[in-house]
Amino acid sequence: MSHPLGEYELVIGLETHVQLKTATKLFCGCATRFGAEPNSQVCPICTGMPGMLPVLNRHAYELGVRAALALHCEIAPFTKFDRKNYFYPDLPKSYQISQFDVPISKNGWLEAAGEGHTVRVRIHRAHLEEDAGKLLHPESPVGRADYSLVDFNRSGVPLLEIVTEPDLTTPADAHAYLTELKQVLQYTGISDCDMEKGSLRCDANVSVRLRGATVLGTKTEIKNLNSFKFIVKALEHESERQIRVLEGGGRVVQETRLWDPVVGETRVMRSKEEAHDYRSFPDPDLQPFVITAEEVERIRRTLPEMPAARRRRFVESSGLTERDAEILTADRAIADYFEACAALHAAPKLLANWVIGELRKEMNERHLEAESLAEKLPPARLVELARLVEDGKITRLVGKDVLAEVLTSGAAAGRIVADKGLAQIADAGALEPLVDKVIAANGKTVADYRAGKKPALAALIGQVMRETKGKANAPLVTKLLQDRLGA
Amino acid sequence: MPPSAPTAPTAPTELTAHALRAAIVARRLSAREAAEAHFARMERVEPQVKAYLTTCREPALAAADAIDARIARGESVGPLAGVPVALKDNLCTRGVRTTCSSRILEHFVPTYDATAVERLRAAGAVTLGKTNLDEFAMGSSTENSAYGPSLNPWDVTRVPGGSSGGSAAAVAAGTAVAALGSDTGGSIRQPAALCGIVGLKPTYGRVSRFGLVAFASSLDQIGPLTRDVRDSALMLQAIAGPDPHDSTSAAADVPDFARDLEAGVKGLRLGIPKEYFAPGTDPEITRAVEAAIDVLRRAGAEVRAVSLPHTDYGIAAYYVVAPAEASSNLARYDGVRYGLRAGAEGGLLAMYKESRRRGFGREVARRIMLGTFALSSGYYDAYYNQALRVRRLIKRDFDNAFAEVDVVVCPTSPIPAFKVGEKAADPLQMYLADVFTVCLNMAGLPGISIPCGFTSGNLPIGLQLIGRPFDEPTVLRAARAYERETDWHERRPAGLA
Repeated sequence: MSHPLGEYELVIGLETHVQLKTATKLFCGCATRFGAEPNSQVCPICTGMPGMLPVLNRHAYELGVRAALALHCEIAPFTKFDRKNYFYPDLPKSYQISQFDVPISKNGWLEAAGEGHTVRVRIHRAHLEEDAGKLLHPESPVGRADYSLVDFNRSGVPLLEIVTEPDLTTPADAHAYLTELKQVLQYTGISDCDMEKGSLRCDANVSVRLRGATVLGTKTEIKNLNSFKFIVKALEHESERQIRVLEGGGRVVQETRLWDPVVGETRVMRSKEEAHDYRSFPDPDLQPFVITAEEVERIRRTLPEMPAARRRRFVESSGLTERDAEILTADRAIADYFEACAALHAAPKLLANWVIGELRKEMNERHLEAESLAEKLPPARLVELARLVEDGKITRLVGKDVLAEVLTSGAAAGRIVADKGLAQIADAGALEPLVDKVIAANGKTVADYRAGKKPALAALIGQVMRETKGKANAPLVTKLLQDRLGA
Repeated sequence: MPPSAPTAPTAPTELTAHALRAAIVARRLSAREAAEAHFARMERVEPQVKAYLTTCREPALAAADAIDARIARGESVGPLAGVPVALKDNLCTRGVRTTCSSRILEHFVPTYDATAVERLRAAGAVTLGKTNLDEFAMGSSTENSAYGPSLNPWDVTRVPGGSSGGSAAAVAAGTAVAALGSDTGGSIRQPAALCGIVGLKPTYGRVSRFGLVAFASSLDQIGPLTRDVRDSALMLQAIAGPDPHDSTSAAADVPDFARDLEAGVKGLRLGIPKEYFAPGTDPEITRAVEAAIDVLRRAGAEVRAVSLPHTDYGIAAYYVVAPAEASSNLARYDGVRYGLRAGAEGGLLAMYKESRRRGFGREVARRIMLGTFALSSGYYDAYYNQALRVRRLIKRDFDNAFAEVDVVVCPTSPIPAFKVGEKAADPLQMYLADVFTVCLNMAGLPGISIPCGFTSGNLPIGLQLIGRPFDEPTVLRAARAYERETDWHERRPAGLA
């Protein structure tokens, strides 16, 4: 089998920063709300004023441990914080409080569903650190202004940096890993993982080597990857670039490269020689942090079922297809909703169709959040509707309208059906005059059908359904038409 | 107007804090009179001593009036009610500029009070102003202040010591009854010794560092400079205790420091470390300290020799650890958010370089470079890590000594107050001024310097007493026992107006 990389193979490691879902920052009491007025969520501590000291947000630490447990990591019984020193205007103390040699956790793994295979990625480590502020470059009438502004709202926001081993070998696998990681972190309530809001950011380390080689090639680090799509593109582009370099007799240079989504290329940001010496050392303002095995167990017990396990369960015990299970588990709130409905009904597959089909469509149109779904449409309401269709009280077509009506008015489906006279017409005596009328009015279509154009029948069925506002029992209409037209 | 006879025994500028508070509570003297007497004395002696960088006359008088009003209404007042105090200018004060004696913070006005300052105010103290220091507390003479040195009230051609030299000079000169300083390698005890007053460095963690502009975070500790040991206990009582804003403040209970103060030294075991009586110390100082030990022995203490074998490495290790932390702590002064900004027209890098080049003095720049080097990749193990190993050995020396004795006694400084400019050109000579004080900071121990005599040139000599972690009560008790037997602490400099 030929391979796009020819005789080369790709080695990828990912460093993902996720923002932990805390109300306040990692070392001060400021809020972490996204989109607030610049510098409205700051204090002397997160703006690096003289004499200020950090105090660890215990909740952020526990969320970090929770994430690490979800990623099957070992939790360090003793952890400490270090200072990473460098100058940049968005870094108010001119050092970032991070973790250097004793991270909160290490040695984990994550399994993701790749294309036709399971992608298993080892997690090297996951550690806590604070975010920096954000530089803004205002425009002036003649182009970029000759000054920049800094918004420190993000400064001190808690991040978990999750570093994989170089276990990924294709851009598609990298995508699968990130998709799974995002799902796990959303499931466990650790992060929103919203790339647009910057609550999930990713850097990639990439190298290529000849297939079967045991030594890793020289790697480059790619930054500025702000969507999963760009990550795949950047990895494809960068691996091709490295192969071209090698094929041309050159050597890959260890450097940091920036992905330019406009041009669709990576370009040099800084070379190894220009790399910072961060002069990391233990932060003397923070005491080493100790966690007991009991505390770790207490946190472990609060972990929900992970998405992969849930998918498996949906397929194995609810009889859903892989595809349906994947869609339903993508969002924990949707999966929870589905399970609440399924508990009231014997045919999960049927409910899955409702949730995946009509309900998701309505949610999109109404901008309805999955979290508020159960409140807007209690599971019993959806199950009632499904039963009306299942029992032939209404047609599936009418059922879609009733669902919309239930969501709009909040009334029960049965009530809407009764009030609006939407019950199914399955009485041949009532339908025959309508069938005759449609045949009489559509001479050309009837002729087409009789001439062998079978699809013409569907048009006639549609006409009858229209006449009955969708209430007619479709199989019966079909049979009546076929009888009349002499199939 | 207040009485203006500073030499009269009842002058408020001559009193101790506990005596002054008693007088104010008994309404023999108002808090306003006490404050005004100090401002009046400042007008006369500040031109010679230059202890203050900023004075806060109006807010101080308002605070004093508030105390007087409470007393007039018969309400309870704090343990420092009406006591005029000075604050080293690296302690943040809300609405009052806090310069650290640096150009880079020349116009910096904090929006917050340091916890220790807040607690002093809550105890009723009246803050008169901010005192001079070596820039960012780096130095032993106040000559590293960007605003010029303070001078020793005993001889104004000499330095008051440092870095809390302004605080020590103010207390000695009668322009503050007590003061707060900070001690990273001796910065409270050494100036106290050179100015003939009492200076206490509490155990690391005893006093919150929140609002103290950091020099070396693992060594810095705030403490009082006072006229006697009782005042030292009183001040410590007001500022000590855990603070949720400082993760390194100790959860340890704060004892009543006054309780055993008068209990004497009978049965107390004093350790004399031979390494602190090595040649190189001024013989007059050695003699005075030996005489002081005799006084304590006669008062009932048991004296024995101890060894602190790693003392010699203290200065070297300290001058790696402290600059390393400082290089990171002082990186925030980058011209971006506050403080001096220069060279912005040349772009970001030029702004960093120019702001810091103009903002920092030579000694601060030297230590930032030392620390940056010590933490650099490839040198970290040889310098920083090695210094941390030495630090652990020094700590172990003291642990071993304290297995046998209750208090270690030694000189505070190897030399008395030196002439302005005498050591300014030789940083290494200046660093040696800390030789007897740095090891306590490295080990986190409490230590006090108390007056124990004068040189033939009438310069004060300090006696240092060192205790176990969080055992300030024993240190204070031994110091007080000595004080009761002597009157060195009652002497006031005569040369001032």
